[in-house]
Amino acid sequence: MELVVKEQVQKELDHLANKDVYIHLETTNGAYASHFDETFFSSGAYIRNAYLKYEHSKIAGDGPYRIGLKTTIGWVYAEGITHFEVDNQNRLLLAGHDFNGKLAVTLEISETPFE
Amino acid sequence: MEQERQVLVIFPHPDDEAFGVSGTIALHIKNGTPVTYACLTLGEMGRNLGNPPFATRESLPHIRKKELQNAARAMGITDLRMLGYRDKTVEFEEEEALASHMGELIDELDPSLIITFYPGYSVHPDHDATGAAVIRAVEKLPAGKRPKVYCVAFSNNCEEEIGQADIIHDVTEVAHIKIATLKAHVSQTQLMVKEMEEQLKNNDPMVMARVNLERFWTYKF
Ligand SMILES: [Zn+2]
Repeated sequence: MELVVKEQVQKELDHLANKDVYIHLETTNGAYASHFDETFFSSGAYIRNAYLKYEHSKIAGDGPYRIGLKTTIGWVYAEGITHFEVDNQNRLLLAGHDFNGKLAVTLEISETPFE
Repeated sequence: MEQERQVLVIFPHPDDEAFGVSGTIALHIKNGTPVTYACLTLGEMGRNLGNPPFATRESLPHIRKKELQNAARAMGITDLRMLGYRDKTVEFEEEEALASHMGELIDELDPSLIITFYPGYSVHPDHDATGAAVIRAVEKLPAGKRPKVYCVAFSNNCEEEIGQADIIHDVTEVAHIKIATLKAHVSQTQLMVKEMEEQLKNNDPMVMARVNLERFWTYKF
């Protein structure tokens, strides 16, 4: 993955607009957070292969970035995005890695279902 | 360590065996006992991707699968089963279905010893769910036909509630195999192993004990 280049990510997001796409969206603080710090409130959310179409998208902020996708009847957004990659299956992979190299958030958009 | 006829190790994540059990596995294999390792997921949701990242959410499972195969080779395991569940979803599987999947493995292999996580005392929801499914499957067997079950536990409250581990294996003679197993899971352990090897070289007694002694709780049905 590479550090986000805002214009390039916007171009990739635009390229996938108005198409039927599969979404992977995830936030996580890890399953061990509360084990190592019992005062830590552990939370996270995960959706894999949500099937939708968005008509408009925007990458915002100065890094880490925020990304919003506007669908016909709702929204998808992710915050804390630092890296991106278009992988060998043409999927747009976006992720936020924290200062210790741990994944904190993922947003992925694909025209084919994720395994 | 007691001589076994067949050992079955059941964990949800590719590196679950490395720190607390790989020495025991290596000793059983050294004693000529066949060991099967059934691993439910490929650790797809691992968070150690580095910064700059060396993998993506989508490439991680492929990397961890290779690491698991390398780890199995390091321990001398020739029967490695990857069961195809997905990381962090094990606890949401239908309990009876998961237990019967474990039951099929037990029927097929007829182990004299099963090693898994202690349900309720293993921190990660996948660990607890895997242990619970194994216990549920063994409970269905008639009391005289049940294999021994050694559980790994490490929650903060475990000693308070289930007491001290009753089985302690000194794995010093295969410590090099244990280190090789830890190293095989490079995406998960690279930082830790480097530090640990240094401490071992300096004979740090705390680290020596942690590496050389593997602790289990016998499950009482
Ligand atoms: Zn685990």
